[in-house]
Parts: sequence; C-alpha cells; structure tokens
Amino acid sequence: MNTTRRDFLTSAVTAAGATVVPEHAHADDHVHQDLPSDPALRVKSLESLLIEKGLVDRSALDALVDTYEHQVGPRNGARVVARAWVDPVFKERLLANGTAAIGEFGYSGNQGADIRVVENTATVHNLVVCTLCSCYPWPVLGLPPVWYKSAPYRSRAVIDPRGVLRELGTDVPENVEVRVWDSTAEQRYLVLPERPAGTEQLGEDALAALVTRDSMIGVAKIGPKQQARPA
Amino acid sequence: MNGIHDMGGMQDMGPINYANTEPVFHERWEGRIYAMSFAVQATGKLRLGLRPPMEAIPPGEYLRMSYYERWITSVTERLIASDLVTAAEIRSGRPDAGSAKANIALSPTDAVTAFLKNPATRRDLPVASRFKPGDTIRARNINPVTHTRLPRYARGKIGRIERDHGIFVFWDTSVYSKGENPQHLYSVRFSARELWGNSAAPKDAVYLDMFDDYLEPA
Repeated sequence: MNTTRRDFLTSAVTAAGATVVPEHAHADDHVHQDLPSDPALRVKSLESLLIEKGLVDRSALDALVDTYEHQVGPRNGARVVARAWVDPVFKERLLANGTAAIGEFGYSGNQGADIRVVENTATVHNLVVCTLCSCYPWPVLGLPPVWYKSAPYRSRAVIDPRGVLRELGTDVPENVEVRVWDSTAEQRYLVLPERPAGTEQLGEDALAALVTRDSMIGVAKIGPKQQARPA
Repeated sequence: MNGIHDMGGMQDMGPINYANTEPVFHERWEGRIYAMSFAVQATGKLRLGLRPPMEAIPPGEYLRMSYYERWITSVTERLIASDLVTAAEIRSGRPDAGSAKANIALSPTDAVTAFLKNPATRRDLPVASRFKPGDTIRARNINPVTHTRLPRYARGKIGRIERDHGIFVFWDTSVYSKGENPQHLYSVRFSARELWGNSAAPKDAVYLDMFDDYLEPA
C-alpha cells in the first residue's frame, strides 16, 4: 500500500470516527492489518482519551465489564422458568406482568425495563429476534450471543422462522403456530419453554439446571438430550 | 433510514453461524467499548442516540464490521456530535491543547447502579391512545431518512392490536434530542401471510412493538 493511500485511509477513519469510510477504501483486505484502526488499538486510545478528559473512570469500566460478565446471564432466566414450572400462581403473575414477576428475583435493569414472557405450549411456539439491532432481555439472559446479533439470524427469523429453527435443530410441526417476536422498541421478550416430560419428580433447582439459553430465546426445545446432559 | 440494519426479510445472508456457548466478550476491547458506551451515556451528556451512527454506516462496511466495531463507531460519533470530544482528539488520542477537563465521569458504584436500574423510557402521562386491543390497523408507509423503529417489512401491512404496552418515549425523535413525544406503544400481530404472501405458514405470525405514530386505522 502506498503512503498516500494509507494517509487517506487514516484520516478518513479517524476524522470521521470511522463512520463514513468510502467503500473503495476497503477493497484491499490487508488495510485493517496495517492501519492503527485495529479495533483493540482504537479502543485503547479512546479509553485513555476519555479518562484524560474526565468523561469516564477506568475502574467504572472495570466494574461494568464485571457486571456484564458475571451479574447477568441465562442462569437468571432459568431460575425464573423453573419457578414458573413448579408454581402456577407465579406463572400466572409472570405471564401477566413479566417485569414485576422477574423483579421478585431482584433481576431488573438496563435492557430489561419491560420484559414480556411468552409461553410455549403444545399449540404455540415462540421465537425472539431483533431485526434492527440486538435487543435482548439482559437481566434474565445476559448479553446476546454473536449469532443472535448476526445478519443471517436477524434477516431470516421473521420471514422463515421454521427454516431458521430447522437449521438450528428444531422441527416445529405444521399444526403448531409459530409466533416471532421482533423486539423493535421497549419490550424485551423471554420465552417460557415447555416443561419436559418425565421431570415431575424434580425440584426447582434441578429443573433450573435443565433450562437452556436457547430454549428461552425460542430457538430450541428442552428435550431428552438436555435432560441427560444438563447445560 | 432504509439502511442495511433494517434487514428483516432478507434471504441471502448465509447460514447462521451458531455456537452453543461462547464467552460474553470474545476480546477484551469488546467489553471496554461496551462499558465506555454505557458509561458516557449514563452521564446524560450525549445528545445523539446510539443507533443513528450505526445505521449510517455504509452497507458494505456494516456487514464487514463485527458487532462491537459498530459500537466503536457509535460511541465516537456520539461523543463528537455532543461536543464532548473533537475529531482531532480521536485522531491523536490526547486532549486538545487547552481543552477543559469535563469531570463528569461516573464512579464505579454509580455506573453499576445506573446499569442495574431500570432506564426510564416509560412515561406516566395522560396521553390518549388512538387504538385498543382488537383493532385492525395498517402500519403507515413512511420512509424517513432518520432513525425509526418501523421496519420496512411491516410498512403498509395490516395487523391487529394485541396489547397496549403503555406510554413510552418515541425513539424517532428522542435519539436526536428533538423531544420525547411520549405516546402509546402497542404489540401488533401481523399474520405471516400478510407480510410474506401465501407461501407462508397459515397460522404463523410476527409481533412488532409499534408506536402510535406508526399506525393508521384500517
């Protein structure tokens, strides 16, 4: 790459905050290996700038990352689901006002101010997506996995939910209604999966161990396989 | 904006690259930029929402970038648009000579408390609802060049109000600091056949959360 081209790229990336990099700038795949636009370096540079300017505190960032990694996650959702399976009165509250019922566990906060719980039954299968970006019920599921935020899932979940489900290993019979919840605004959605057969003897904790992240997004059912090998 | 981000209904994006388990962040910088985005937003000093800069990324770039690379763009653009940093500072990685220190950084406790607190976008205001559950509506056919939560695939389509969620801040204006315009938000059911034609499964449906301004009687 000649110097002029690199200078141009550098200024395009940095001056515009990397928003409007002309398409042809990326015709060369090696560009990103050569430029200081490597995301790790750019983020490091941004972090020290914002700290120096008094806009963020380094230990606040540490605390937030720790919260994302350890305070939220699908184990929270699994406890909610298990409770709903064993306690019909709780389940009723959960389906009527998800936010309040989930709040009973102390789970609330960002990306989960309004959570709606939708129930899978013998006649209805629910599937959650965010076609526009990456909305996801953080307090109960944590941060979304990469595939959930990816173009293939976002684009096809609404037009071909049965194909998406098949691709991910779940066949929904024709007589079952598939409902896709495209989280376009304020509501976040949690699927209440069906309680698997043969689990009548299990207590709440053992049931929670059976509940998978995917079953609460609606891309999987909880089947015998998961029963044999709890996730 | 009719951008690449509004991808619901596209069919040529390839197979889903599914993983059963994965780390919360694949690389350290991903967590840092995500935390930075929240930390600066929680100062209340940003005048631009997080999505408009992402949605302005040209399609080829948008698809090439990883998810968190788009967040770098978003954070950077929002800081510049809010006059909290300059493009020159982004370039140099250092404060401009003579620039004042903001001193608005949240402490670790305040940052985490803000994160665990429900963000207040629901409004308890006497705003009338134009629709009620059971009503048949048509999603308006609008094509703003600005941010909207009305996906292209639903525009002009007939649906049924399933639930009234209550009154919420209207993103289409609030992301630009152009007013909250609080209004009713509804869950609207669109049959798969209405959206995608008769090859769709007859009983299937897509539910979208739609602001009052997106709807007209049908």
